[in-house]
Parts: sequence; C-alpha cells; structure tokens
Amino acid sequence: MGTVPSALKHCLSYQHLLKEQLWIGEPAAPHAGQESQASGLPEYIKIVEVGPRDGLQNEKVIVPTDIKIELINRLSKTGLPAIEVTSFVSSKWVPQMADHKEVMRGIERHPGVQYPVLTPNLQGFHSAIAAGATEVSVFGAASESFSKMNINCSIEESIEKFEEVAKSARNMNIPVRGYVSCALGCPYEGNIIPAKVAEVSKRLYSMGCYEISLGDTIGVGTPGSMKRMLEAVMKEIPLSALAVHCHDTYGQALANILTAIQMGVAVVDSSVAGLGGCPYAKGATGNVATEDVIYMLNGLGINTGVNLCAVMEAGNFICAALNKKTSSKVAQASFNNGTIN
Amino acid sequence: AFPKRVKVVEVGPRDGLQNEKNVVPTPVKINLINMLSETGLQVIEATSFVSPKWVPQMADHTEVMQGINKLPGISYPVLTPNLKGFQAAVAAGAKEVSIFGAASELFTKKNINCSIEESLERFDEVMTAARAASIPVRGYVSCVLGCPYEGKISAAKVAEVSKKMYSMGCYEISLGDTIGIGTPGSMKEMLTAVMKEVPVGALAVHCHDTYGQALANILVALQMGVSVVDASVAGLGGCPYAQGASGNVATEDLVYMLNGLGIHTGVDLQKLMDTGTFICNALNRRTNSKVSQASCRL
Repeated sequence: MGTVPSALKHCLSYQHLLKEQLWIGEPAAPHAGQESQASGLPEYIKIVEVGPRDGLQNEKVIVPTDIKIELINRLSKTGLPAIEVTSFVSSKWVPQMADHKEVMRGIERHPGVQYPVLTPNLQGFHSAIAAGATEVSVFGAASESFSKMNINCSIEESIEKFEEVAKSARNMNIPVRGYVSCALGCPYEGNIIPAKVAEVSKRLYSMGCYEISLGDTIGVGTPGSMKRMLEAVMKEIPLSALAVHCHDTYGQALANILTAIQMGVAVVDSSVAGLGGCPYAKGATGNVATEDVIYMLNGLGINTGVNLCAVMEAGNFICAALNKKTSSKVAQASFNNGTIN
Repeated sequence: AFPKRVKVVEVGPRDGLQNEKNVVPTPVKINLINMLSETGLQVIEATSFVSPKWVPQMADHTEVMQGINKLPGISYPVLTPNLKGFQAAVAAGAKEVSIFGAASELFTKKNINCSIEESLERFDEVMTAARAASIPVRGYVSCVLGCPYEGKISAAKVAEVSKKMYSMGCYEISLGDTIGIGTPGSMKEMLTAVMKEVPVGALAVHCHDTYGQALANILVALQMGVSVVDASVAGLGGCPYAQGASGNVATEDLVYMLNGLGIHTGVDLQKLMDTGTFICNALNRRTNSKVSQASCRL
C-alpha cells in the first residue's frame, strides 16, 4: 500500500517486532489465558505434529533415517506434546516409511511427549509394539471410494481390522487415536455428507479410540462445511475427544481451524514447514504449517506450550535436508535475512 | 451470522503490480484490467497518480486510465496522494479516487515524509476538490495491526485516524494490515475500537498474507459485520518490508472461502483464475493463489 520505502534497514527486525507483540518465543503469559477465555476460545490447544509421518510420507524426496531421527529429536525440544513418528505399513506401499523400526528405536523419548505411530492392522500393531511404540493411530475414511482406493477394502472391512488393533491395544494399555479422512470432501466422490463423518467417527470412538482426528484430506473445506460437519460429529462424540487435521491445498486451513476452535475444538494437527504435498493435486500444497498455526494461536492468547522459534529452526533444518522451500508463511517472512536469533 | 453479500475490491492492478519486481508494459496492464472487468468484480483499483520518480511501476497511469474498457456498473478507483495527483486523475477520466493514511507516525514519515496530521491536511485539499467534482473518495488506513517501524499500533490510534478520514468525507475506510502481522485476536480488538467511531457498513479490510493469517483475519472481520474485502488476483504484490515474503491475499482464495460460506460476491472464480494465469505468465512468476495452484492439473 502507498509508496515503497527506500531503505529496508530502518525497519524493526521481525524478531523484534514479533517478540514485542508476544507472538513468538515464550509460550503465552498467564494474562493471555484470560483473553482467550473472554472470547469463548479454549485456553489451551494441543498441537499434534504430523510432519515426520504425514509430512515426509508425502514429500517427493525420501529422507535418510538419521535425518528423520534428527528432525524428531529437534521437534521433541520445542514443547510439542505429540509427534507422529512413523508408519508401520508395508514398505511396498509406503517406501518413505520403510525404516519405521530404526526410526522408532533411534529417537530420543522426551518425558511428557507422545510418539504415536500408524498401524493399519494387527500385524503392523505388533511390529510397532515390538519396536517400542507406546501409542498407535488407525486411519478410517468417510468415503467408500477413498477407502477402496487407499487400502483396498470397504469402510466396514477397515473398521473390522481396526477393531482387532483396538482390542489388542486395550489389553496392553496402549492408547489408540482414530483418524477420519475425507471429512470435508473426497477426491473420488466429491461431496461427503456430515452424517457419514459422524457415523464413522462414532464407530472409531466406540471401539476405544481416545481421540478422533477429522481430516480435510484434500483441503477443499471452508468454514461453512467445517461448521456443518463438526455440528453433526459433536452430536456423537464429546468435544474434548475431537481434533481437526486441515490441509491447506486451497488456502483454507487456518480459517477452518479458527472455525473449529470457535466451536470448542482444542486439538489441532499440523506439519512443521507445511511438509507434505497433496497426492491428489499435482504441485499443490498439503498439510497446514505448524508455525502458521502457532502464530495464529499465540495471537489469540491461546496457550500451546510450543516455542515458535524452535519449530521454525526444526523446519529450516528439514527443508535444507529436503532441498526445498518451506511452505510456512511465518518462516518465509522471518527467515529473509539469515537465521533467527 | 455472516453478511449475505460481500463486495470484493480488486487491488491487483495497483497494489499488486506496484509491489512486483517485474514492471509490466502498459498493454498488459490494460488487458489485465479488461479481463478483471469480465469476472463480475464491481471495483477494480486501476492505477496510482503518484510521481513516477517514486513509483515507476505506475508511471503509465494516464495511458492505463484512458486505455481500459470502463464497463457500466464497475468502479475504477485510482490513488491520489495530493491535489496535483487528483487533478491529473480527473483529467485522465477517473471517476473515483483513494487516499492513503496511516495509523503510525513513523510509517507516515518514512513513506510520505510528513506527520499524520500533515498528511490529513493534504487529503483535505483532495476532499474539497472531490466534493466539488462529485467524485467519491475511499480512505485507506495503513498499519492497522502493526507497523514495520513502530511495532505495536494501538487500536485507539486506528480508530482516531479512521474517524478523521470518515468525517472528512471518505465514503469507505479500508483498514490495512500492511505487513500481514495481525491475527484474529488483534483484528477483533482493532475492529471493536474502530466500529465505535465508523459505521460497520463503511468499513473494509485489506489483509496481507505475509504470515498466512489473511483468511482467518478476514473471517473474523466478516463475523463482526464487515462486508467489503480487498484482495489481489493471484496474490500479486510481495511485501516490501520482508524480502521474499508474500503480500496481498489472493482474490481466488478469498472468493473460494466466500463461496463455501454461501456468501454472494458475483465473481466468477474460473474467469478470475484465468485472469491470474494471464498476469502470472506476463510477470513470469508462479501464482500465490493456492486455489489456482490446486486447480492447475499440469
């Protein structure tokens, strides 16, 4: 707007600007909690970091095991409460996750941090436990076509497989997180009705999943469809057991997440540096960037416990390793002149 | 509850192109505006009557203004920083003008080399002339959620400057998050203060997406009753204060969200995307619109 300034050097550095406004650096101060309460928003939001799994799985370049481990170790120091580590799926289907055992065994386990892994079936579950996993995730979908194309079985058949996992997990006191893909639209079926999302969520919750993460897999959702879907799901699942997993393929992720947290959702999935493109739209982006989510939550006075600078540094590390630019706008704006202090 | 209709103010040809590295020739600018005129957009900011010494990208303002197809029902406002620019604009056929204030003293000093008070005096001259010529004037307030020089900006200051510009006779006040630093929290706080002084029907938001917050900020503004939103086709226009960072929010991504909310804009998203493709090719750059990126199955 207006005329372009003649010298950038007079500007406050972004570090200065942001620290001053308490939007990066330390987790929100005590008074900030009151600010979010007054607006009806949750005081605390749990961020579930999916970069090492959902992110790396959907990147073109396969990353060596030691880099994966280094990334996870760095993320463990940022204050993130949950980091999805890897996937115990056959390496034939997901070569990027072929080193799941080595990664699981190689990472540092920080107290207070959860390290869930994907387990599509009982075999994967046993393998995960043997490798030291203490939390697992199962992936359902609200679309029959997606289920068929993705895991080659119907929704009902997939639920049966997950029930086996849930049963074993229960016996071993292993918590299980349930995902519902295509919650706001399907690359094959198009529109997905909220009632279907609610139905699949309820099945996963009833079998013992402690949390249901509702995924806008192709990022087509908008605040309108997010609201309608959540209203339907909230009739079947308690709010405290819900999470949103928004993709930013159409730039709608933060607006959708805002809508969800305005409705009381207090768990948000995201991916450092916005790792992970969209396998259904060539060249398009996928996961929402953790940095951008935290920036928004900090600005709303919502506590996450996460140090934004530390996440940006981890993002910088993995982008250098992947030889790609970050998909996080916050990182882009902050890294223009070298490293962050 | 959301507004039923939202007026989208397209700033790509001015705010967008002004902040692009590559300068675009006059015929390309004219074609861009003509294509935008076919999309259903009602307001297209065409150019800036500022000295080419300061803004070389807009040096062809007279040719552009005279060269574009002016479709009935569409407004083509132009920037006029002072009386001289206003007169040149009217001579070139402008029927609506914009003036740019700021909520930050330091920003005003660095940008136009005077204080806020002095800038308002200059604008007063423009207002007087505009009133005499029956030309509507839109007022912009920059740095409403933060300033690259001062840092934090008080909501009260934004309200004060907005009130002055509205009282002067601006029919609409566009509140600009110039460096995109705002979040839904600061947007809400700022709008609450401004809405005490200016009716919400006269307010617009001009959000930059430098930190990825634009659509979330716009959503909050809509929830508070704002029904005019500025955007730039293909997200043209980087941020002059953060090298390599993005600037304006992309019109395509905004329209996508509004469509999803069932809010009427009158804009044809496909035609808009086609226009974005055209200007990105001309600028030899990739689009900043995620909707466009996702829709190109190359």
